[in-house]
Amino acid sequence: MNPVFDWHALAPDVILVATIVVVLVVEFAFPRQSRTQTSRIAAIGVLAALVPIVSLATHENEAREMFAGAYAVDNYALALKAFFLVVTYITILLSVDYIDEGDYYRGEFYFLLLTSVLGLMVMASARDLITIFIALETISIPTFILAAFRKHDRQSNEAGVKYYLIGVLSSAIMLYGMSIIFGLTGTTTLSGISDAVAVDATTRPLLAVAMFLTLVGFAFKVSAVPFHFWAPDTYEGAPTPVTAFLSVASKAGGFVALLSIIFFGFRSPNAADLWWGPVWILAVLSMTLGNLAALRQTNIVRMLAYSSIAQGGFMLVPFAAAGIAEANGEPFVADTSFEAVVIYLLIYGAMNLGAFAVVIAVARRTRSAEISSYGGLFETSPVLAVTMTMFLASLAGIPPVAGWFAKFVMFRSALEAGGPWGVSLAVIAAVNSVIAFFYYAGVIRVMWFKEPVTEDRSPIQVPGALTGAIAITATVTFVIGVYPQLFARVGELAF
Amino acid sequence: MGTMEWSEWALSLAVFIPALGAVVTMLIPRAQEEAVKWVALITTLATLGVVVGILVDFDYDKSGQLQFQVNNDWINVINSRYHIGVDGISLPLLALSAFITVLCVIYSWNHWPEPHNPKAFIVLMLVLEVGMNGTFVAQDLILFFVFFEIVLLPMFFMIGVWGGPNREYASIKFFLFTLFGSAMMLLGFLALYFKGPNTFDIVALSDWAGQDLTHSTAVLIFGAMFLGFAIKVPMFPFHTWLPDAHTEAPTVGSVLLAAILLKLGTYGFVRIALPILPEAAEDWAPFIGALAVIGIIYGALGCLAQTDMKRLIAFSSVAHMGFVMLGIATMTSFGINAAIFGMVAHGLITGMLFFVAGSVQHNFHTREMSRLGGLLTQAPKMGWILGFCVMASLGLPGLAGFWGEFPAILSAFEPLSTLSEETFRTYMVIAAVGTVLAAGYLLWMLSKVAFGTPKAEFADAEIHDVNAFEWTAWLPILLLIVALGIFPNLLFGVTDDAVCVMTDKISEQVGADSTCDEGGDTVPVAEHE
Repeated sequence: MNPVFDWHALAPDVILVATIVVVLVVEFAFPRQSRTQTSRIAAIGVLAALVPIVSLATHENEAREMFAGAYAVDNYALALKAFFLVVTYITILLSVDYIDEGDYYRGEFYFLLLTSVLGLMVMASARDLITIFIALETISIPTFILAAFRKHDRQSNEAGVKYYLIGVLSSAIMLYGMSIIFGLTGTTTLSGISDAVAVDATTRPLLAVAMFLTLVGFAFKVSAVPFHFWAPDTYEGAPTPVTAFLSVASKAGGFVALLSIIFFGFRSPNAADLWWGPVWILAVLSMTLGNLAALRQTNIVRMLAYSSIAQGGFMLVPFAAAGIAEANGEPFVADTSFEAVVIYLLIYGAMNLGAFAVVIAVARRTRSAEISSYGGLFETSPVLAVTMTMFLASLAGIPPVAGWFAKFVMFRSALEAGGPWGVSLAVIAAVNSVIAFFYYAGVIRVMWFKEPVTEDRSPIQVPGALTGAIAITATVTFVIGVYPQLFARVGELAF
Repeated sequence: MGTMEWSEWALSLAVFIPALGAVVTMLIPRAQEEAVKWVALITTLATLGVVVGILVDFDYDKSGQLQFQVNNDWINVINSRYHIGVDGISLPLLALSAFITVLCVIYSWNHWPEPHNPKAFIVLMLVLEVGMNGTFVAQDLILFFVFFEIVLLPMFFMIGVWGGPNREYASIKFFLFTLFGSAMMLLGFLALYFKGPNTFDIVALSDWAGQDLTHSTAVLIFGAMFLGFAIKVPMFPFHTWLPDAHTEAPTVGSVLLAAILLKLGTYGFVRIALPILPEAAEDWAPFIGALAVIGIIYGALGCLAQTDMKRLIAFSSVAHMGFVMLGIATMTSFGINAAIFGMVAHGLITGMLFFVAGSVQHNFHTREMSRLGGLLTQAPKMGWILGFCVMASLGLPGLAGFWGEFPAILSAFEPLSTLSEETFRTYMVIAAVGTVLAAGYLLWMLSKVAFGTPKAEFADAEIHDVNAFEWTAWLPILLLIVALGIFPNLLFGVTDDAVCVMTDKISEQVGADSTCDEGGDTVPVAEHE
């Protein structure tokens, strides 16, 4: 039987593949001057891929499934694909001047970036262990190279190698877990696994081992404590736009994989019983240790690296809550928890990219990522300082910027799941969000309360693309914060 | 038709005109300071105008009901609505907030603290007003939470950028304390939602009043909200952020902090914690009363140990808010009426004291009381104003402070009938001792600063007496202190019905006797007037 291709459903991915090919061809077939066009081609391709997503979303059709249920284009997939494409567009805006001025290999950069995005696009639709694994590798392998892109810089090399070794290790562990799952259930599709797990309770110990191994693999990918140690070094060493991409898109890819596997495969009380405990521990450790380590950082990229570990912990809270709810036989409660993960992910994407955009803008002047170099930013470049304050306040969860809503749905899921474990998780998360404010405020204090460190007190010149990135992320962060309803629909639609 | 539209828009205007002003201010180039100042003045005056309009149109016969209500969709996914409204409890506080902000702008006209930058200062002040006004009108817990939090960052920056030498420590301490409290408060709100009737609506939750909660759950949820509000008030032992914040804050920051921000906490108790969980409140009341009287005595003793004038006033705030909390802890209509009067009176009087302290510092460049003296000879008008405020603050009959303090003490004589009379009468005695101490430390400050002869170092200094801007900013407050002192019914008349509606519900819930007389006149003064 020939596989059925639903070209409309595949259109976003196909457009992206075409863009990748064009970028690659332009790079080697055209004279060097015209290669500056690659960023434009990449950006246009990404925006073009958004068009079929909009048409698919407005089409009142049933969810489209292909390849024996391994690849689905439903609202969940569409929402996440749109998110990944927008994140990519902003990443390209962040990269343009950075790459142009840095004597890097331009075409390859966008080629690698878009290939990684292709992995993300597939991930959003993957409903099968093998597809998920392939998607995850497609996301990861280009980013190993991207992390080491500043090839004359030792830190960048270290970043790439570390990331590569950990990536391979985690893939191996995850694949081992997946192979046991296949052995137990006889299928790789998530729906098949779901059916098998719900019925059969005799294989629980082995199932526990398999799920634990898979979970550890993902914990590496999303840099959850105690599998996080690679992240700060990699983030610091990689070119900053790549770091922004890693901390938002690539991390989101890991979360989406975890979400798909759990949501489509292991929702039954039988399985939820087994995984919510480890997830609870990962969440608590990531929040607490991520925050405590972030408190001690003097480099803003490292600080944001640890902050993203802590934010990852916050994102794991609704996961654990969903598990508690499922184990209690309350699937409706679990539904809102899964929604909370998606909402948190999307808001985190906007505010974290915004923060990195300002970091890149400031580094153009100071050539430094030390927090002390932000001294007097409010005096010299008030707009940059105010937007950065907004992003940091949002990351800390202070209304009226978006972060509060993400934190709110996170708290809500934990308390709705209830019980001693749910409530204690909420309290730990609340205490952690107070600790987190301390280091975000550290940067705010330097920007507002300190004297400028440089002689040059003229405002920092921000190129157009970067201004665009900051404007988009700032607008999104503010609008979601004031009127979350506008956006909460996306989370609602996803399920 | 016209009035209907007005009643729908009035409160939203009162909350968001300052936001509009902040946006406009941001668009003005920084160098055009005059334009910035005028925008600020027009914005705050317009806001005050709207609030005055509300005061005029408010139906005082129905002050127990929410008026100017708006109830629109906001965040449907979490079932939170844009529900705002005012009743007799929130109206005076909304008016106080709009009123004080205007005076702060006028006072700032030529008193910009270092490092100058009026534009940023004005933007922060206007954003602060959005949060303050919004908190007093919000009738939805999430909306309340958002406004409650909006005030944090502007005050953080006011202290941190324009503050004194120890400003960084003070600003972060202020922020972390409050943030911790509000995080716990939010958890409490969420627990209410899930354990209760799945709504964030304050009115609906007050009607529900914790009926089907187990007692231990209710006590825990009350505890979470208690943390949020008590830190904001601040009650002993959470008060330690306050002296630091006040000492370091610029004058206008101190005034807004004392006059309005502290009231967000006490208002939260009256609006949210007590009506929604009356039975848990009954359990907590003796404990809250105890912390309140400890605060009264501790604050007073703290005052006596201060050498810095502003720090002394800050500690006196701890003591005064203790009286307010004692009134609330009695859970009677008499006590809560007194508490609301106390909030307004403290807002006016302590706000005024911080203004004077600011001007003293402006003149002498110090607030060390050992270096000051003879203000009455060098700047007699300012000296007399200081004396007047001291008298008002220590509770001299005939001035506003009396009606906040004296009924609060008296209310502890007869708390809600299900509460222990002995305990509260003990509190009453201790609180009464506190008033003596208050007279002690306030007069001590007055004598140090105003009496005697100027110290040698300032003997030849040119000291400016009260100038035109100061008069414009201060005179309305001074007049109001006198007016409320002589006609306390101006305020009791507004609050009484609303408080009675609330306390009657509480009494019914916990099975206690009503604390309202027929016709709702519970305040003895109301009968004697």
